[in-house]
Amino acid sequence: MSWIGSAVPRLEDASLLTGKGKFVDDIHLPNALQAAVVRSPYAHARITGIDAAAALDMPGVHAVFTHADLPAALQAAMPLLVPNPAIRYPVTQHVLAADAVHFVGEAVALVIAEDRYIAEDAAERVFVDYDPLPAAGDFRDALKPGAAVAHEGRDDNVAAEFTVGYGETDAAFAGAAHVFRETLFQHRGAGHAMECRTMLASYEAVTDTLTIWANTQSPHQLRDVYCRMTGQADNRVRVIAPDTGGGFGSKVQAYPEHLAVAAAAIALGRPVKYIEDRREHFTATHQERDQHYDVEIAVDGDGRIKGVRGALVHDCGAHLAWGIITPFISATTLPGPYVVPAYQMKVTGVFTNKVATTPVRGAGRPQAVFAMERLLDRVARELSLDPAEVRRRNFVPADAMPYKVGLTFRDGSPVIYDSGDYPTCQEKALALAGYDAFKERRDAARAEGRHIGIGTASYVEGTGLGPFEGVSVQIMPAGNIVAQTGAAAQGQGHQTMFAQIIADRLGVAPEAVTVIGGETTGVAYGIGTFASRVTANAGPSAHLAAGNLRDKMIRIAAHLLEAAEDDLDLADGRVFVKGVPEMGKSFGEIAVFANGMPGFSMPDGITPGLDDTSYFTPERSTYANGAHVAEVEVDIETGRVSILRYVTAHDCGTIINPMMVEGQVAGGVVHGIGNALFEWMRYDEAAQPVTVNFGEYLLPLATETPSIEQTHMETPTPLNPLGVKGAGEGGTIPAAAAIVAAIENALAPLDVKITEVPVTPEYLLDLIAKAEAAQ
Amino acid sequence: MKPPPFSYHRPESLPQALDFLATLDDPKILAGGQSLMPMMNFRYVMPANIIDINRVAELSTVEETGGALRIGAMARQRDLELSDLVRQRCPLLHEALLNVGHVQTRNRGTIGGSLSHLDPAAEMPAVLHAHDATLHAASKRGTRDIAMADWSQGFMTPNLEPDEILTAITIPCWPSGHGYGFVEFARRHGDFAMAGAAVLLTVDAGGKIGRAAVAVTGVDNGPVRLPETEAALIGQTPSPDLFESAAEHAASVPGIEDVHATKEYRRKLAVVMTKRALGQAFDRAKSGGA
Amino acid sequence: MAERLEITLTVNGEQVTREVPVRLTLADFLRHELELTGTHLGCEHGVCGACTILLDGKTARSCLLLAVQTDGMSVDTVEGMADNGALTPLQQAFIDNHGLQCGFCTPGMLATLTELLDTIADPSEQEVREWLSGNICRCTGYQGIVDAALAAAKALRGESPAGV
Repeated sequence: MSWIGSAVPRLEDASLLTGKGKFVDDIHLPNALQAAVVRSPYAHARITGIDAAAALDMPGVHAVFTHADLPAALQAAMPLLVPNPAIRYPVTQHVLAADAVHFVGEAVALVIAEDRYIAEDAAERVFVDYDPLPAAGDFRDALKPGAAVAHEGRDDNVAAEFTVGYGETDAAFAGAAHVFRETLFQHRGAGHAMECRTMLASYEAVTDTLTIWANTQSPHQLRDVYCRMTGQADNRVRVIAPDTGGGFGSKVQAYPEHLAVAAAAIALGRPVKYIEDRREHFTATHQERDQHYDVEIAVDGDGRIKGVRGALVHDCGAHLAWGIITPFISATTLPGPYVVPAYQMKVTGVFTNKVATTPVRGAGRPQAVFAMERLLDRVARELSLDPAEVRRRNFVPADAMPYKVGLTFRDGSPVIYDSGDYPTCQEKALALAGYDAFKERRDAARAEGRHIGIGTASYVEGTGLGPFEGVSVQIMPAGNIVAQTGAAAQGQGHQTMFAQIIADRLGVAPEAVTVIGGETTGVAYGIGTFASRVTANAGPSAHLAAGNLRDKMIRIAAHLLEAAEDDLDLADGRVFVKGVPEMGKSFGEIAVFANGMPGFSMPDGITPGLDDTSYFTPERSTYANGAHVAEVEVDIETGRVSILRYVTAHDCGTIINPMMVEGQVAGGVVHGIGNALFEWMRYDEAAQPVTVNFGEYLLPLATETPSIEQTHMETPTPLNPLGVKGAGEGGTIPAAAAIVAAIENALAPLDVKITEVPVTPEYLLDLIAKAEAAQ
Repeated sequence: MKPPPFSYHRPESLPQALDFLATLDDPKILAGGQSLMPMMNFRYVMPANIIDINRVAELSTVEETGGALRIGAMARQRDLELSDLVRQRCPLLHEALLNVGHVQTRNRGTIGGSLSHLDPAAEMPAVLHAHDATLHAASKRGTRDIAMADWSQGFMTPNLEPDEILTAITIPCWPSGHGYGFVEFARRHGDFAMAGAAVLLTVDAGGKIGRAAVAVTGVDNGPVRLPETEAALIGQTPSPDLFESAAEHAASVPGIEDVHATKEYRRKLAVVMTKRALGQAFDRAKSGGA
Repeated sequence: MAERLEITLTVNGEQVTREVPVRLTLADFLRHELELTGTHLGCEHGVCGACTILLDGKTARSCLLLAVQTDGMSVDTVEGMADNGALTPLQQAFIDNHGLQCGFCTPGMLATLTELLDTIADPSEQEVREWLSGNICRCTGYQGIVDAALAAAKALRGESPAGV
């Protein structure tokens, strides 16, 4: 039997359900000290002085670190992780603010004390003198002439400019039967994993070794940034991501606090722990939010797309931690699953005095899909076509795969959709949603004075982004199987996924495989957990490593048993002669031999050790796809939107564990519901954050979310040996588009047009009032 | 987000609590802690002395006396929600309690804490306002009764002297068979209301509204009674049109603004919530009421 | 007047006595004094519910309680639920229904649902969702948790799970 494709219960669950999980703050090292961070209350200010004397006088306070107290190497600005020629000003954050602060929440000083209570007491007594400066607030205003600049000495707030596209856009528009233009604003918010950022650094002087436990999505990136800044050898820095309470993108980056805490642990010779609290998380953890689109679509008389063009403005925040990858992803995602003969998008990245924006679940795609789907809904409305039909007329047909979009990816390679059947995927979603029978439901509801509506959205999602993610699989002398990878898990179920893949290759049950993820010592190089990439990169690596190990065991067993390799098989932790199970060797026996026995020669061509490390390197990204259908009710007296039903059809290629894929999709959709209706990280004009707790920033609750009804397709990708694509973000990506379409549909008699999210009840009631007044 | 340093005092009786309150510097009463503790964790509030009255047993009683419920200030919201006495004699309170936070916070949160904290969007003050409740305060100087109408002195400012503790609330019960309605608009289940309405009414033998009491919450600094709405109802035959026109008076509440909503939107919601609560109350009166 | 107090309480059935700073929250007491780290802190302002425990059998936010307030009381945490390693029907239902992903909110979810199932033997989906509205999960979309609660209720009533 194959474990791949089976809803194997998760290997992770039992310990988490009994309180035995090990999150960073659960690790109690002897002698550890606790840190608190002094953060900027200003969006933009010069620092004119810092007085930590009162804090240092307090009992239980061990140290206060400012920029000047850091080792010289850590006084430099942090590296720009993904450079791009389009970047005009590659400004990155300092570990602790040097001479100015550029957003509320920027780390200015690190206070080290016996416990967090005392550290917070002392942080209040670190007195920082600021000389406030005008701040760049709303990113659209920040582009206007004369706007306050986010960084002193700059002429404007343009961080980067570039254009992506292909085809003859002008000609397409000139010859089109219809051109429709939309101005759209999508606001997102933040990842808000339930566990904020956490880290614990411990330095052992004898071996000159630094260990950092951090709930990072990318242990290797954190290690590499540390080594890049300090010149330390990478085998002297060990980063471990233990159990981690969600990620959603916000925990990918190596953050200033990671480096400050490491420096403190080295300077003090004691472990130092920093547990970010929720208030800090609201201001100091990267977000992904505002994008503004001014877009046009050209169609023929039947609603077939001739071209799309426009301008995208993206709020970068104050720093470019990851360069401009988010707006780049947006601009290259926009054409979506449709045949768009000509496309042109001018992208402008803007600095504001807000915390940096880096990818959050969906990573620029929800905004792009929102823009494209809004345009198609507009086409449907203007041409009196069913919105699903407009999409149907424009889908890339299944027989066009692989489909070359015409766009070029960041590394210069062409964007090619590898596989998928978008029309069928939509059809499955519509069927499950009872789309065709909706009119009857709508009429029945209207007879009761209720306003219900239906909306659909389709998307493709580049997943499995390379370049690689390595996995090592080893058989121990006791016969147990241990797999290691640098990719850290934040709840996705990586252990189970890897165990299923390896179990298939080695003929064991998944629970026989121990998976250790998120440690830099497991494999030498790693990229990290983001971009729905682990299963599609590390999954094949596990498959290859376990396959190599299987081959090696068979060769060794053939040698030991004096049998032909072809006559051997694996099962239950043994290699044996087919049909003669008692003639065999256990994995443990083979491992003992492979690890070397004095006086016993290795067979020809067999290298020592029973382990294999594979780095699968995909040629390019693989594209997952899906279609969503939302059915909503609008209370036209209050503006409340209730989601009555939510249906997804999802195709992420070969499914390793259907239960876990459904969990990813359901969670992703609810994140998207948050983006569509609730989550709004708000700042005032002076860039002061105004939603800084969970009473002001609203996450979706169980009462506001429906059960997500799911159907799946499995169109394997040819780009990896398992046929797998990513599944982590597809739930989020089209959700806002589908929900907003459904709201508009519910209000069709009023002809309400929605151009931004989140759709708050007040915003919607205003639109309803305006529409009523216009009628 | 750890609370700042303070000294902790745990009186076992009301006189002991009042002693602490009268003598300690910068004291703060800790009741259910569902509002105070977050504010201390945020360090928005940094009292020198915490007086924990959770062990003052005499503050938790619920009893019926002469056509009224007398509820100790430390009665837990969840206990009141589950109380048969409350459900029978003051069903509006029961109804409103279902909207107060979540089970996990109602298990600790107290009615007195809610009234003393006086969040503009809290449910309890509106219910008590509709009920013309009387609040009982005590200090070393003696006791004082405060009409609910006089309780709110401005934004989150109850009519309590620094040395006083809210000890109990007397809620006059409405006659058997009365209608009651509580409807609120919150973004999510359990959130504070952006507008909510509490309604009590009786329908006399002739089918006309005999008595009506209407209060809204979440719209203004504190709970607001709507006397014009009430006047528009009394003596009238209930109908959707009547409720709609009577509810319009809710639009005249001045209104407050915050991150969640403008005052204009709150006023609109207040009208809708009032209309709906009136409808709910009338439906209940029709079907036999409480 | 005191900055530190000695307290004695029952945690997961065992009596413990400690001297603690009066400002120490119950959550930090459990996590750092008793090293019962299953109870998590997600917001420390009483909204997310990750720190929910059972206090004298009823759910409460341990971030909004001072440890000294629980003197003489009984606290139950996630560590005390499984009996000698045997998972409760609720815990098992979480595995069977994919009721957890990262597991950070899970202990609070289990506390809430324990009280729910003690209170209502046959809850509707809507009732389950209302009880869960005091606990935020960012991973699952709540669906697996709701399914787990309904399955556990069924199991506790002695009915076999659907489809078996």
